[in-house]
Amino acid sequence: MKLNLREHLEGYLFISPWILGMVLFALGPILASFGLAFTRWNLFTEPEYVGWANFQKLAHDPLFYKSVFNTIYYTVFAVPLGLVLALGLAMLVNHRLRGVNFFRTAFFLPNVVAGIAMLLLWKWLFDPNFGLINLFLDWTGLMAVFEWIGIGRPQWISSRAGAMPGMIFMSIWGLGGSMMIFLAGLQNIPRELIEAAELDGAGPWKRFRYVTLPLLTPTIFFLTMVGVIGSLQVFNQAYVMTQGGPAHATLFYVLYLFQTAFERFQMGYACAMALVLFIITLIVSLIQLAMGKKWVHYQ
Amino acid sequence: MSSASGDTLSLRRQLILYAALSFLAFWFLVPFAWMLITSVKTPDEVFSRLLPSVLRLANFVEIFNQPTLPFGRYFLNSTIITVFGTGASLFTSAVVAYAFARLNFFGRDVLFVAVLSTMMLPAAVTMIPTFVLFQKLGWVDTFLPFLVPACTGNAFQIFFLRQFFKTLPIDLIDAARIDGCSNLRICLSIAMPLAKPTLATLAILSFLSLWNDFMGPLIYLHSNEKRTLALGLNAFAGMYGTQWHLLMAASVVATVPILVVFFMGQRYFERGLVMTGMKG
Repeated sequence: MKLNLREHLEGYLFISPWILGMVLFALGPILASFGLAFTRWNLFTEPEYVGWANFQKLAHDPLFYKSVFNTIYYTVFAVPLGLVLALGLAMLVNHRLRGVNFFRTAFFLPNVVAGIAMLLLWKWLFDPNFGLINLFLDWTGLMAVFEWIGIGRPQWISSRAGAMPGMIFMSIWGLGGSMMIFLAGLQNIPRELIEAAELDGAGPWKRFRYVTLPLLTPTIFFLTMVGVIGSLQVFNQAYVMTQGGPAHATLFYVLYLFQTAFERFQMGYACAMALVLFIITLIVSLIQLAMGKKWVHYQ
Repeated sequence: MSSASGDTLSLRRQLILYAALSFLAFWFLVPFAWMLITSVKTPDEVFSRLLPSVLRLANFVEIFNQPTLPFGRYFLNSTIITVFGTGASLFTSAVVAYAFARLNFFGRDVLFVAVLSTMMLPAAVTMIPTFVLFQKLGWVDTFLPFLVPACTGNAFQIFFLRQFFKTLPIDLIDAARIDGCSNLRICLSIAMPLAKPTLATLAILSFLSLWNDFMGPLIYLHSNEKRTLALGLNAFAGMYGTQWHLLMAASVVATVPILVVFFMGQRYFERGLVMTGMKG
């Protein structure tokens, strides 16, 4: 096809807003981050070049390690737990039942209404004395179980030991999005394949293990990628519910980054942290892509 | 349990399924119910009774009337940012996506890879320099940090609209061209009206993410009358933290618009979610 200059120009004219946005709000800021990461800067004076000092400081910053640890802790539990439970729910609502749409909506709703209102509500639900969770445990006598296994009355997000399990527990409530995506994956599985396995004498478990699960691997792969990248960026719940506490038990990486930049105004140091996050995200994604080649089956 | 959706289930299995689904649905819905119930309780009954003896709708009047935190104003601010942000970014994204799908120009496919890669970029990475830029422009404590980037489109929206525009029959576009329509005209008056379901889906996703956005307003909006509902609610919790009936009434007010949009566009929303999962 022969194109004249006018057509090229027209194409660029069409995409010019995006080019402008990409340069100003993506490419520019990334490059600026690389520059600022090597400065000491509190926003009010001029940035001062300090070489690798920010990265050296980061390497000896106990809170940096704590925030990395917390973020990994959360990711390692919340992502697989969410996937397994979402798949289970998706299989439950994949039956042809009257009113099954009501249940799909019910499981999905918390995922939609994921605003600050919900986090404030959860903060209250977790309250050791006035929260619905402990009140429920009291009413039903289930509190005795906690006493019996030696945990005592759970203090949830008010305690160092309970804060992260509480956050992970809360994340279960938001698995409706993954459930819907699994549901779509399940509905894409050709019925003939499952019927063929059934004729060959495969029971429900074998059909699940050798037909359904392999055919869902692209979905599992996608949800793992998105889930991991999302949990590396946890911020709202930690900021609103715990401010990173108690004793830094819920100091997530992005919360620490935010506090460094906008509460302590250490802009250079925060940019160094942002670069580290960028590199971690890149490495984690590349590892997952490489591993994905081994276990993901595309039809 | 079979994953085949077409099986006719025995009555016994149906009953077991209903029991399991109802049990699980109860746990997913009970926090909402608790929020709603508490929002109409009197302060005395918040803990003393499971269900309120009288409906105290005055809670809702009270949160709008207390002097320090103007909820009506917050509601308006959130609406401005959400509605304008959604409209502007969808319009730009559609025009950009049309070019990527239907026009030929030098470097198009390379640039499209750039669109995809910005989709993966964590917001925290660009947060600080972007803040510095807006601060230098004097845009801190205005809505411009939300409205101006929206006008440059959104990578996610561009990606999905391009997928849609690629499916349009070539004859349709050729016919319009023979009739003398310019590319912009074809994009605006033929392609975009046909993309209504995709646009509706993306509009709902955008509405929810802007309405629920917290970190952006936290960074850029500082004065009380500029706050969005998300920020205002957090401030409210700091001030009236233990007045649960009022806090829950305020939470209901912040949540209702989301529910309305969700139920109005549920079909599109679920479609959008699936589309995210299948093609991302």
